[in-house]
Amino acid sequence: MRVFQFTEQPYPDAWNDHNGSLRVNLPNRKLDPKHAADLFERYYDEWQLADELGLDIMLNEHHATATCMSAAVVVGMSVLARITKRARLLVLGYPIANRPDPLRAAEELAMIDVISRGRLEMGFVRGVPQEVPIANMNPVFQSDRFWEAHDFIMKALTSHDEPFNWESENFNYRHVNVWPRCYQQPHPPVWSTTGSTQTAIKLGGYGYVMATLGTGYDTRRLYDAYRKGYTQKFGTAAPADRFGYLGFVAIGHTEAEARRRGELIATYPRSSAIVFAPFRNPPGYLSMEDNVRMLKGEGKPRSYTKDGRVIEMAKGSVQDLIDAGVLFCGTPDQVYDQIKDFVGHCGGMGNLLMMGHAGPMSHEDTVENLTIFAKEVYPRLKELRQPDPIAIAAE
Amino acid sequence: MAVSAPETNRVDLGGVSVEVTERGRGRPVLFLHPGHPAGRVDPNARVLELLAENARVIAPTHPGFGMDQAPRHLTTVDDLAYLYLDLMEAMALRDCAVVGVSLGGWIAAEIAVKTTERISRLVLANSVGIKPGDRETRDIADIFAMTDKQLGEIAYADPAKMMPNTKTLPESDLVMMARSREATGRYAWTPFMHNPKLKQRLNRIRIPTLVLWGEADRIAKPDYGQALAAAIPGARFNTITGAGHFPHLEQPEAFARSVSEFLQETGR
Repeated sequence: MRVFQFTEQPYPDAWNDHNGSLRVNLPNRKLDPKHAADLFERYYDEWQLADELGLDIMLNEHHATATCMSAAVVVGMSVLARITKRARLLVLGYPIANRPDPLRAAEELAMIDVISRGRLEMGFVRGVPQEVPIANMNPVFQSDRFWEAHDFIMKALTSHDEPFNWESENFNYRHVNVWPRCYQQPHPPVWSTTGSTQTAIKLGGYGYVMATLGTGYDTRRLYDAYRKGYTQKFGTAAPADRFGYLGFVAIGHTEAEARRRGELIATYPRSSAIVFAPFRNPPGYLSMEDNVRMLKGEGKPRSYTKDGRVIEMAKGSVQDLIDAGVLFCGTPDQVYDQIKDFVGHCGGMGNLLMMGHAGPMSHEDTVENLTIFAKEVYPRLKELRQPDPIAIAAE
Repeated sequence: MAVSAPETNRVDLGGVSVEVTERGRGRPVLFLHPGHPAGRVDPNARVLELLAENARVIAPTHPGFGMDQAPRHLTTVDDLAYLYLDLMEAMALRDCAVVGVSLGGWIAAEIAVKTTERISRLVLANSVGIKPGDRETRDIADIFAMTDKQLGEIAYADPAKMMPNTKTLPESDLVMMARSREATGRYAWTPFMHNPKLKQRLNRIRIPTLVLWGEADRIAKPDYGQALAAAIPGARFNTITGAGHFPHLEQPEAFARSVSEFLQETGR
């Protein structure tokens, strides 16, 4: 198993005074730029530590929010391409359907791949609904635009003999010719995320790494859909390294210390959902069924525990989050056992996207959290035998 | 005199199947419905019955509204304008009055700037479609950036009476509402509720035009309606009291009376 350290690079100091929305409409006056600079400095120190500890690194982006100061993922990646030495650098993700210019995206990614000497992993995502009001691209056609931007970027990164033409309703180029071209040939590994079985089947057909977030003990359903698409296309079973899972990790030498860190990490799901409700439902983003449910005033189920209990991530206790496989929390032995059990549920999962810092967790706590994990859990996870993909596919 | 019952049929327009309700006899009135939070007009709606007392009312459902899927290639109000030019041609309509509310008014204006060959009168009720203010003025309320309750409060003169209780409505109505919202986004997400080119083109409209406004509208306020009327040569501007953005639903009698009087006064 590979483990990627992840944090949203939050600005938690604005979390107590938000009038019901931490995203889209929270005035940026609530951010002190000098304090933001201090936070970034610290976060980049922690990325460097992750690199030294042998962890890989994942970055994302969100817009107009105190939950995530990384508003342009390629900026952070560009810094890390130079200040880290060995870590794989995963962008998860680049919300390509929300960008008007996918050629620019291809150029940015190729540059980062070259500067990092081939350490880039590029994740393309549709993005959460509350990104739509900021990007202001039509959400009804977002999925179409996502796949077209994907097709375009892949062609742009793999065409080397002559400039090509791309003229469509969404994008218009007459001379596509990406300089520099990617260090990794034919192109850096591709990732995506989904919560839908239909998309999972499609991603399986591409053989990309598919990651899920917060799906807990309901993850197997999505992985099996991916496996179906993968086997149909490649005629063989999808290996564990095709699967990624974003799990929160809070670890300590004692259980009490781990639980204290667990509370700090749990501030992420508790803050992440604080957004003025209409921004979470741009037209065409959610399915008709979800919209009808919302009109009836019914909520959306979120995560499931091993015994089928529904957990609302925004409200669950630390114990709920552990039960749901959303948070791995405890002593090194406990964390290892929880992850091992979860891998079994998944039928194989080869990439843990570890949220090892969140919210107001201090630098000292973060250093401890990463260090204990890297030294006492990661070596065992590297040795962990994944379930046999052929046996899993046959189930 | 009793008005005949509405008849709803499907018309094929170049491969696009459009649901069309017809009611009444006489010279044709093409009625174009608004978008979210209203949407498709019920075939039995009072407003169609009233309009049908003096006319042959033809009320299509825009693809994507009602229960119809919009074909992928229909993405803009311009596309709908061409679709209804095709409809008027397919039905061999002449001397047609086009009456549109909100999004429907925008479609009507886009039709009229292309050609008025088959159209003799135009009624734009609480119509969107232009951007009268400067780049930093939000001329039309961002209906997707508010709760249903907030939207109801700016859409209606009497929200308590007009807003449905979605917790008790039948599932089929909820599906229709959700579809209306999505279809409105489809055609009007960005540029938001307008075509930057339309305002300059409105001077091509040389047929009698009435701009009619529910005076309690706070999605597009009456001064928006006045700016719209000012851009169309010779257009009249009238208001309807006790109505907001959807006067055809909130004051159907006053709405139908205003339309009928305008058609009579302009010699039709």
